[in-house]
Amino acid sequence: MTPGSGAEQQFSRAFREEARELLVELEAVLLELNEHREDGELVGRVFRGLHTIKGSGAMFGFEDLATFTHNLENAFDEVRKGRLQVTPELVDLTLSALDQIRAMVEEGEGESAVDAAACTEILARLRALTGVAESAASQPAPPAEARPAPGAAPAGQEDAREQAWCIHFAPGPDLMRNGADPLLLLRELAEMGRLTAEASMAGIPPLEALEPERCYVSWEMALVTQASEDKIRDVFIFVEDSCELTITPVPAEPVAGAAGESKAIVEHSPEPVCAADRTARALEEKRRSPGRRATDQPDSAASLRVPAARLDQLVDLVGEMVTVQARLSAIAARSADGEVLEVSEEIERLTSALRENSMTLRMVPIRATFERFRRLVHDLARDLGKNVELTIEGAETELDKTVIDQLGDPLMHLIRNSMDHGIESPERRVAEGKRPMATIHLSARHSGASVLIAVSDDGAGIDTEAVRARAVERGLTTADASLSETEIYSFLFQPGFSTAQQVTDLSGRGVGMDVVRQRVESLRGSIDVASQRGAGTTVTLRLPLTLAIIDGLLVTVGEAFFVLPLASTLECIELTREESEQAKGKHVANVRGEIVPYIRLRQYFHVETAAPEREQIMVVECEDGRCGLVVDQVLGDCQTVIRNLGRLYRHVQVVSGATILGNGVVALILDPQRLVQEAIRAKMQRERGRLPGAVRDYENVRPRDGAAAGNGGKVGAGARASASR
Amino acid sequence: MKQVLTVDDSGSVRQMVSFTLRNAGYAVTEAADGRQGLEKAKGQKFDLVITDLNMPVMGGIEMITGMRQLPGYSFTPILMLTTESQPEKKDAGRKAGATGWIVKPFQAEQLIAVVQKLVR
Repeated sequence: MTPGSGAEQQFSRAFREEARELLVELEAVLLELNEHREDGELVGRVFRGLHTIKGSGAMFGFEDLATFTHNLENAFDEVRKGRLQVTPELVDLTLSALDQIRAMVEEGEGESAVDAAACTEILARLRALTGVAESAASQPAPPAEARPAPGAAPAGQEDAREQAWCIHFAPGPDLMRNGADPLLLLRELAEMGRLTAEASMAGIPPLEALEPERCYVSWEMALVTQASEDKIRDVFIFVEDSCELTITPVPAEPVAGAAGESKAIVEHSPEPVCAADRTARALEEKRRSPGRRATDQPDSAASLRVPAARLDQLVDLVGEMVTVQARLSAIAARSADGEVLEVSEEIERLTSALRENSMTLRMVPIRATFERFRRLVHDLARDLGKNVELTIEGAETELDKTVIDQLGDPLMHLIRNSMDHGIESPERRVAEGKRPMATIHLSARHSGASVLIAVSDDGAGIDTEAVRARAVERGLTTADASLSETEIYSFLFQPGFSTAQQVTDLSGRGVGMDVVRQRVESLRGSIDVASQRGAGTTVTLRLPLTLAIIDGLLVTVGEAFFVLPLASTLECIELTREESEQAKGKHVANVRGEIVPYIRLRQYFHVETAAPEREQIMVVECEDGRCGLVVDQVLGDCQTVIRNLGRLYRHVQVVSGATILGNGVVALILDPQRLVQEAIRAKMQRERGRLPGAVRDYENVRPRDGAAAGNGGKVGAGARASASR
Repeated sequence: MKQVLTVDDSGSVRQMVSFTLRNAGYAVTEAADGRQGLEKAKGQKFDLVITDLNMPVMGGIEMITGMRQLPGYSFTPILMLTTESQPEKKDAGRKAGATGWIVKPFQAEQLIAVVQKLVR
C-alpha cells in the first residue's frame, strides 16, 4: 500500500504513536463528558478522535481496528445528531472499547492482548444501545437511511444481482473550469461495474470559438453494476448542480445478455452519436471506389498523345481554380463555420493535388532538346573548321513543356556563340597546349524550384578588356568606370553588341545574345556568366520549373503583401527592435552562430510606415549563401498563380510577377535570388574604393544607390548579366 | 516543482501523504488543522490542497470555504480526504468549493494518480 516496506513500517509506527496519544486524550474527554453530558463540543471531540483513529488505522493496515472503531464512531455520530443520549452506560462501553482499541494498536508490537470475545460483546451492547446495524468501515455500506433505488436490488442483497443503468451525463459548461475532470467521474463509474460510454461531440464549436476550459461534451453511458442508484449518483455529487444527469434503470434480461444489454442501451440513447461517423465512412468509400475502378482497368494505353494546347487549357483552369480556392479559404476562415471550413480544407487539398498532377502532365525531359544540338554542333564545327564534340548531362531533367519549347532558341544562340567566339581553331588550341578537340557541355539539373541549364565550353573565355572597350565605344560605359566582371559580362547581352572582329554568318551580328536575354527573362529566368581567360566560359540559365503556379509564403511589410517562393525559404526567425539596435546599424543577424546578412524590405521598397516591435527575418537560400529578408509578418503559405507584371515593369528584376490573393489584393512575388544579388551589387558599388572583402551586410541597400545603368525607379533594378537599357 | 498543501490532524496521514507525494516529485507543506492550513495558504500559493474534514480548531469544510475567498485560490484544486461516504459530507464539501475527494483508506498509487490528474 505504501511505496516501500520500510516506509510502510515507518507509517505504522507513526500511527501507533498517534493512536496512543489520541486514546489518552479520548479517555480524558470521555470522563469529562460523563460529567457534562450535554456538551456538544466534547461529543464532537470524541467523535473526531474516533474518526481519526478509524481513518488512519484503515490507511496503515489496521483493518480490524478500523472496523471496530467505525462502530463506535457511528454511535457518537448518532449522539452528535441528537438521536442518542450520552449515558453512563455508553461512556463505560466506550471506555472498555478504547481498551480493546489500545490492545489492537499494540498487537503488532508483540503484546497481543486483544480479547475477541470482549470485542464482540462490546459491539453487541453497542448495537443494542444505538439500534444501528454493525457495518464494515473499510467498505462503508450505504447509509441506513438511503432509500432503495427504483429497480435496484434491495440493500444487503446487492451482490446477488446486477442492474443495467442508462446514464445521460451532460456537464455544465463550467465543469472543467471549476476543477472537475469528467474523465475522473467516468473512471469512477467504470470501477463500479462494466461501463460503456459514448461521448457526444456535437456541441464542440469550431476551433476559433472553442474555449479550452469549457466543457462541450456530453456522455451517454451504459453501466452494468451491483451498485445502487444512490451510489451512482454519488459519483456525480460534485457536479450535479451544474449538469444534466439522468440515471434510468434498464429492464434487463437475466445475466446472459450483459454485454448485449449495454449495446442495446447505447443504441437507444437519445442522441445518435455515430451518425456522423457513418456519413464519413460512406464518403470515404465513395471516394475510394473510382480509384479502385481505375486500377482494375486493364492497362490498355500506357500513354496517350494529347495536344499541348489542351494541357495548357487545363493548367490555365487549374490556375484559376487555385485563385478561387484561396478566396474560398479566406472566406471559410472568416466564417468560422466548421462545416464550410471542412469543405474548404478538402477543396484545398484536392486543388493542390490537382495542381501538382496537372503540372506533371506538362513536365517533359529536356533530352530531346539537348539531342537536337548534336547535329547543329556537327554542322557548325565543319563550317568553322573546328573540332568540337558535344557532351550532355542531366538529359532526364524534367521541365515544363512551355519552358522547354522556348528554350530551343536561346540555347542555340548560346551554342553558336560558344562555337564562334569561344572555341579556338584546332591549331591555336594545340599551340596553347589544349586538346585539338574542343568540348561543348550541355547540362541540366534541378535546384530548388528552378532548373539550371548550363552551356559550357573549354574555349578561350571572354576577353573582358575587349568587351569593355566595345562598351565604351558604344557609349554604354566610360573608360574610367570601375566595373565588376559581372557588370562587364552584362554588356554582352545588350542589343547589337558584338566583340567579334569579323562578322561571320553565325554570330557577331549582335542579335544572338540579346535574344537570349529577352527570352530567358520572359520565362522569369536569369542568366549567369562565368568565364576564365583561356579556360572557357559557362553560361548558366536559371529557369523556373513551372510557369503558372508557385508555392509561396505570404508576408506583409506595412500594408503591402509579398510572396516569397517557398522553395527558396529556409526558416523564419524573429528580429526584435532591441536586437537590430544592438547590431549597431549592421544588417546582420546571428542564426545559431552563423552570421546572416539581411535586407530590410521596408527600406528596400520605401514602405513609409513604422516597423513593428518584432519583425520577422525570412532566411532564404541563394547562390551567395544564406540571406535574410526582413518583413513585418509572415501570414502563411499560399499557392499562387503567377501573373506577369506587364511591359511597364519589365525592368523590375527583383519581382518575378504578381498574384491576386483570396481577398482581391495584389501581392508582388519576390525573387530572393535577385534581391540578394542586387543588394550585393549595390553594396559593392558603394564600397568600391573602400576596403574590399569586408563583412558583408546589406545596410541601407536601396535600389537607387545601385542604379548603375541609370535605372532609378521605385522597386528595384538590374541583376547580374542583364543591365537595363 | 508543484506545491501541495496537506491538512490533516492525523500526523501519520500527513506523513504518508507527504512521503508519497514527495517521492512523486511534489513539494509538500503540512498543516495540522484548518486554521493552520489557511495561514499557510495565505503565505504561499499552492497548486493543490489536500485536506481532512474532521479536524480540531477548524474543520476542513470551514477551511475550504475560507480558502476560496483567498486571492489566487478561486480555481485551485482542493481535494478532501474523507472516510465518510455519506452524501451530506460530500455535498457540504462541494458547496464549500472542494474539487473532489478521496475516500480513506487509499493507496499511494491512487493518491498519486489523482494528484497528477489535478495538478499539471
